Amino acid sequence: MIQFTIEDRRGERQTLEIPEGIGLNLMEVLKASEYNILATCGGMALCATCHVEILDGGDSLTPVSDAELDILDTLPSATSCSRLACQLRVDETMLGTTFKIRGEEH
Amino acid sequence: MITTDICIIGAGPVGLFSVFEAGLLKMRCHLIDALPQIGGQLSEIYPQKPIYDIPGYPTIKAQELVDNLMLQIAPFNPSFTLGERVETIDKQEDGSMIVKTSDATEVHCQVVVIAGGLGCFEPRKPEIAGLEHFEGKGVAYMVKNPEKFRNKEIVIAGGGDSALDWTAYLADIAKTTTLIHRSDTFRGAPDSAEKVFALAEQGKINLILQSNVVSLNGNGHLKEVVVTGKDKNSYTVPSDYFIPLFGLSPKLGPIAEWGLNINKSAIEVNTLDYSTNVERIYAIGDINTYPGKLKLILTGFHEAAMMCQSAFKFVYPNQHLSFKYTTVNGVNAF
Repeated sequence: MIQFTIEDRRGERQTLEIPEGIGLNLMEVLKASEYNILATCGGMALCATCHVEILDGGDSLTPVSDAELDILDTLPSATSCSRLACQLRVDETMLGTTFKIRGEEH
Repeated sequence: MITTDICIIGAGPVGLFSVFEAGLLKMRCHLIDALPQIGGQLSEIYPQKPIYDIPGYPTIKAQELVDNLMLQIAPFNPSFTLGERVETIDKQEDGSMIVKTSDATEVHCQVVVIAGGLGCFEPRKPEIAGLEHFEGKGVAYMVKNPEKFRNKEIVIAGGGDSALDWTAYLADIAKTTTLIHRSDTFRGAPDSAEKVFALAEQGKINLILQSNVVSLNGNGHLKEVVVTGKDKNSYTVPSDYFIPLFGLSPKLGPIAEWGLNINKSAIEVNTLDYSTNVERIYAIGDINTYPGKLKLILTGFHEAAMMCQSAFKFVYPNQHLSFKYTTVNGVNAF
C-alpha cells in the first residue's frame, strides 16, 4: 500500500492508502476519493485546476516537466512547492508526502 | 433581435455538431459563446493536442476537428454571437424563449440547447486582499479598450503571454507601466519576454520580478498596490489600474440561475432526449449529467442527434418527423 496525506481546502487532513501498481495519477485518485477537483483538461497539464502544494516530503517525486512548469507559471497562487496532481503518478515515490489541494473548486 | 429555431449556448464541438443534426431536420441555429472564438475547450485549451477517439479519425488535432465541424455545418448557415456570456433565458407566453447576453444581444428561439462544456471561461482571479472590492474601480481582468489606460499608472501581474504582450503594448500608451511577476523568468513566448526585458532596460516599463501583489489600497477607486518581494518586505506602487492576467478558468456562471436541476456543477437531463426539467431547454455534452455519463466528445455528438429529434416538435409542432439517412437524402443546404 502507498500511503500519503491530503489536506483539503478547509485544512482537514486524511491519509489515503492506495494499492501499488494502480496506474493512476494523483488527480484521478483525488477525484475517485470524492475530493472536489475540477480537472478541466482531464490530465493534459493544460488547465492547472488540479494544483496541489507539497507541504511535507515529496523529495522522491518525479521532477517537474517543462510543460507542467509552463502551466504552473500561469497560476497566481503557485509556490515553489506547487505541482499539478495530474502529472504525479501514484506510486512509491509518493510515500509519506503531504499534499494540500489548491486548485479551484467546482 | 436575432430570430432562429434553436439557440445553442456554447460553440464547442458538441454545440457545432448540433447545427448539423438540426440542419438535417431543417431547423436553423444561432450559437452564442463567451469566448471570442469558436471551438470551446478544444480551441482555448488544447488546439494542438491530438485526439484519438473520434470515430473514423485514428488521430486528429483538436483545432482540426473544430475546423472540420465548421465545414460540415456550413451548408446550414449557422449564425454566431461570440465573446458574450448568456445571462438570462425568458420564456414567452407562446412557449418560445428569448435569450439575452451580457452585451444585451437578444435571440428569439423555439428551443434552447445548453452545450456549455464546463461553463463559461472567466478570468482567473488571484487571491489578493481587496481585489473584488476594486473590480470596476481600478481592477480589470482584461484589456478591452486600451485607450482607457492612456496616461494612467498601470500595474499588470502575471507571467504568461497576455501579461507580456499587454505590458509591451501599454508601455506606449500609459503614463507608467509596471509588470509584476512571481518568478524571475517568463515562460511565455521567448520573443515577448525579450521585448519586455528590453523595455525595462530602456526605462519604458518597471519590471518587478520575484514579487507578488498582496493587497490593494484606495478610497473608492484604486490608488496603489502593495507588493511583497522575495525578502518579504512590502512596499507600494501607485496604480490607477491593476490588471491581473492569469489566464481563464471555467465557471458555471449564470447557468445555475435558470431554474435547472443542477448536480455538482452539471445539469441533470432525461436520457430519452437530453431534455432538462424546463420544457424546451436541453443540455448536451460535458455540461449535463445522468447515470453512466461519460464526458467524451463522442457522447456529446450522440446526445446532439437525440436532442434534435426531440426538439423538432417545438419548432414544427404540426409536422410529423420522419427519420432519413444522409446516404439517402444527402445534405440539403439552406
